[in-house]
This record gives sequence, C-alpha cells and structure tokens, in this order.
Amino acid sequence: MAAAPGMATDAAAPPAPARAESVLDLIGGTPLLDVTAMGRGLSPRVRLLAKLEGMNPGGSVKDRAALSMVRHGLATGALAPGKTIVDSTSGNTGIALAMIGAALGYPVTLVMPENVSRERKRIIHAYGARVVFSSGMEGSDGAILKCRQLLAEGGARYFKPDQYFNEMNPRAHFESTGPEIWEATEGRVTHFIAGIGTGGTVMGTGRYLKSRNAAVQIIAAEPDDALHGLEGLKHMASSIVPGIYKEQELDAKVPVPTDTAYDLVYELAARFGLVVGQSSGAALYAGLRVARELDAGVIVMIFPDFGERYLSTNLWAGWKEWQQRHPRR
Amino acid sequence: MPAKVRIPTPLRRFTGGSEEVGASGATVGAVVDDLERQFAGIKERLCDEEGRVRRFVNIYLNGDDIRFLSHLETAVKDGDELSIVPAIAGG
Repeated sequence: MAAAPGMATDAAAPPAPARAESVLDLIGGTPLLDVTAMGRGLSPRVRLLAKLEGMNPGGSVKDRAALSMVRHGLATGALAPGKTIVDSTSGNTGIALAMIGAALGYPVTLVMPENVSRERKRIIHAYGARVVFSSGMEGSDGAILKCRQLLAEGGARYFKPDQYFNEMNPRAHFESTGPEIWEATEGRVTHFIAGIGTGGTVMGTGRYLKSRNAAVQIIAAEPDDALHGLEGLKHMASSIVPGIYKEQELDAKVPVPTDTAYDLVYELAARFGLVVGQSSGAALYAGLRVARELDAGVIVMIFPDFGERYLSTNLWAGWKEWQQRHPRR
Repeated sequence: MPAKVRIPTPLRRFTGGSEEVGASGATVGAVVDDLERQFAGIKERLCDEEGRVRRFVNIYLNGDDIRFLSHLETAVKDGDELSIVPAIAGG
C-alpha cells in the first residue's frame, strides 16, 4: 500500500500512487501549472506557477487539512466509533469532511450559511452528510456561532475538527503542500501566495518554505472589503480571527477587489482552458501584483479549487459582458 | 411607511450596527439612494461605478431576487421588505 500523501513526515512528498486502496490515499501530490503568460510586460526572469488543488479527490485544498485533523482525532481518541464529525464550514472543508467521513464510515454533520452554492450542498448530500444551515446574512461567522450552539447541546456525541483553531490544519500544509512546492520548483521558489480562509494553507506552507529558505516571501491574498464575493476567503479586520492565523508571520498582504478576481477567472478559462473558483482568481490577482514588481523570481500561488462548484453562483453573473469586452480573435 | 431593509453583517458598520433600517423610494434604486443619504458610503458597496448592483451582492424584494424582476427599476411599495444578502458565504 502506498504511503499516505498529506501525512508525509519528511521533506520528500510521496508521489501520487498509480493505484490506491482508498480515495484518501489520493490526497495531495497536486501539480503546478505555469500561468506566466497571464502577466503582461513581466520580466522574462519571472515565473508564475499555480498549484492546482482542485486535483485533490474532494476537489479542493481542504482535503489536506481535513484528513490531517481527522487522522489526529483518530490517533488521540477524540474521534471514535459512535461519534459524529461536526464542523462549521463555508463549503470546501465540508465537502472534504463529508468525503473522509464516508470513506472511513463516520457520520458527518456540517453547519454552513444557507447561501453557499447549490452545487456544494448537493455534493455534501451525495456523500451522505447532514447539513444544518445558518443565516446567509451572517456569513461564515454565523455558521461558527451556530456550530458552537450545536456542540453546547450535545458535545460528547461530536468530534469537531475545528479548522479555525486546530494546529493540524497548518500542520498538514507544513508536511505536504510545502514540501511538494519545494521539490517541484527544485528549491527555486521565491514567493508563496495563498488566500486566507482559515489561514491554514498560508501559515503551514509558509513555515515549511521559510524553514528551507528564510528569504522566501509569504504573501496572503485578502478580500479588500468586509462585503466581498471571494467565497472561502476572510476579510480579517471584520471577522472572527482564526486561532491558527498569525499575521506576524506574513511578509505582506495583498487586498483583492472581487470584480477583478472574477474577471481573471474568466480570462483563465478563455485563455488557458482552466476553470477555477473565485479564490484562485484572488490568488492570481495577488500573484500578478507581486510579479510586476520583480526582476526575477518564482512565484507559486495556491489555486484552491476548480470552478464547477460555482457555475450556479454570482461568479458568472458578469461573464457575458466580459466576453463582449474581450472578443475571441 | 418606508420599506424595511435587512442589512447583512458586513454592512452594519454603516448602519450603526442595526440589522434592519427603514428607507423610502418608489423603486429599489431609489431605496438604495435613500440608504446612501442616511448611511453615506453604503451605495458604493452595493453598486459599481456604472450604478449596477455588484455581481457579488444579491438584493431580494419580499424574497425574490431583483435580477429576476426589474433590477434596480423594480417597484417598491410601502411595507415591502428588501434584503441585502452577500452572494457568498465569506470564508
């Protein structure tokens, strides 16, 4: 049996197995795609690489953290037969937990705002998980509070991975995402960019890359306003700040306007054949901002998921207008 | 009697924390303009430079998305309820 990707204990990330016993063995080992051509007028010594986390079996970067938190729960006994996995999530973590619960035989209950995309709700139901909805008016913080209420009522029955406070979340990225990027770039990565949702990806990957080369710049992409359309990302100044998020470890933050991020998603689809979610557009916006200032460098951006699960959302509300402004040659 | 407007968490800093405020106007656009008179800065969050509702903002009139009615031209009656809902969950 293959070693479990996502739980590597040394620097070398194991290659994805050609044949797996469980979907969980397929988590991690995602490829980098060179999207340097998205930049105009960049120095020829700059490369922009996107790590395609949509290649994970649950379809997002959240598979890594979710698996790490569940495995730690099993190892410590916090998760045991008879218990239900419960968490608040804006979607991708819920999908990951639902998948992992199904694969391991544990029931899963998820609290999420009622305005998450229809596709997400359907996928979660397909995995057999139960969904409790919180108010769409209150966003992900409303889901966090409602989940706390659920736990207060029946705490002993539940295992709550608690992605916002569980150190196994950044740890998953320290042990898998970071080493994978280091290896795939042969240690040439100079800048790492990820959006902040829980902060797990940017913290854990950042720590690993800094441990290999302290000069690597760790940059977070953040919505530019409290009211934004970058699903999965948090505007920290107006949110419940996750316990695992340590802003002082970042070298910089790039505020991202939703409208520009959406337009970049359209452009990636039309020019690269790559349909991604809005948080990938946000990462690309930040990547391009950094790239324009550089004479030389290898920028790696996390593209958290693909776009299928947003086709029914407002992300595509402006696509026709964009297409009219950018007719095909 | 003005329309009731439900305000989402990310915009409550404009309304002094209020979840629900009153605003008047014959259309949704006019109600938004009245909101701007009362809570300066809020319109820019809801509408782009060309005055259209931003892609990531949904406005519901009595539960119906105004994109499927007449957008900002949708008629508003006294006592109607408008809800401003972020299009996404936000993290």
